[in-house]
Amino acid sequence: MEGFFLGVALALGVLMLLSLYRGIFGPTVLDRLVGVNAIGSKTTVLLIIIGVLYKRVEMFVDISLAYALLNFIAVIAASRYFYKRKGLEESSK
Amino acid sequence: MDAIVVVLVVAGLIFFAGGTVGILRFPDFYSRLHPAGKLDTAGSLLTMTGLAIFNLFPLSVESVLTSLKIILIVVIVFLVNPTATHAIVDAGVRAGLEPWSKKKEGKR
Repeated sequence: MEGFFLGVALALGVLMLLSLYRGIFGPTVLDRLVGVNAIGSKTTVLLIIIGVLYKRVEMFVDISLAYALLNFIAVIAASRYFYKRKGLEESSK
Repeated sequence: MDAIVVVLVVAGLIFFAGGTVGILRFPDFYSRLHPAGKLDTAGSLLTMTGLAIFNLFPLSVESVLTSLKIILIVVIVFLVNPTATHAIVDAGVRAGLEPWSKKKEGKR
């Protein structure tokens, strides 16, 4: 089971790197926000898998819970910041 | 019991992979929100349920409480992820981003 969870964690890391492409090269600011939100929701799962691998799930569950709430607060705050702001298109123009 | 855990976690990984491909491939910001909001929620539900079942054995009070906490994270993600998606799309509508359409793409 150890090897299986290690493979799952590696696959999640690869998927997070692929989502990071949208976070870096996204044409608008909100595209970047979508990429960051996807990375955060994968990180909550990855933290619990790390806890299973280190056999300390009861500690890593709390960290994962805090990370989920922090990700939510960050996305809400950023989207409120861009609420009525025009010109969210790309800044490269 | 290990077979159930493997099936659940692999199904969750398939959902995560589909969501990532959708985020990379869809043409528009509004259509990218659809895999980002839905598939990530479903994937974390399946993967976390599998990990909670794996954590349940050997049975003791501590492991049952830890599994309940993992399920609590799933409940929080189910409340929080659609709310975040709705906030992002609301910001996009207020900022006046145009939805993608096939006709407009042909004109360029």
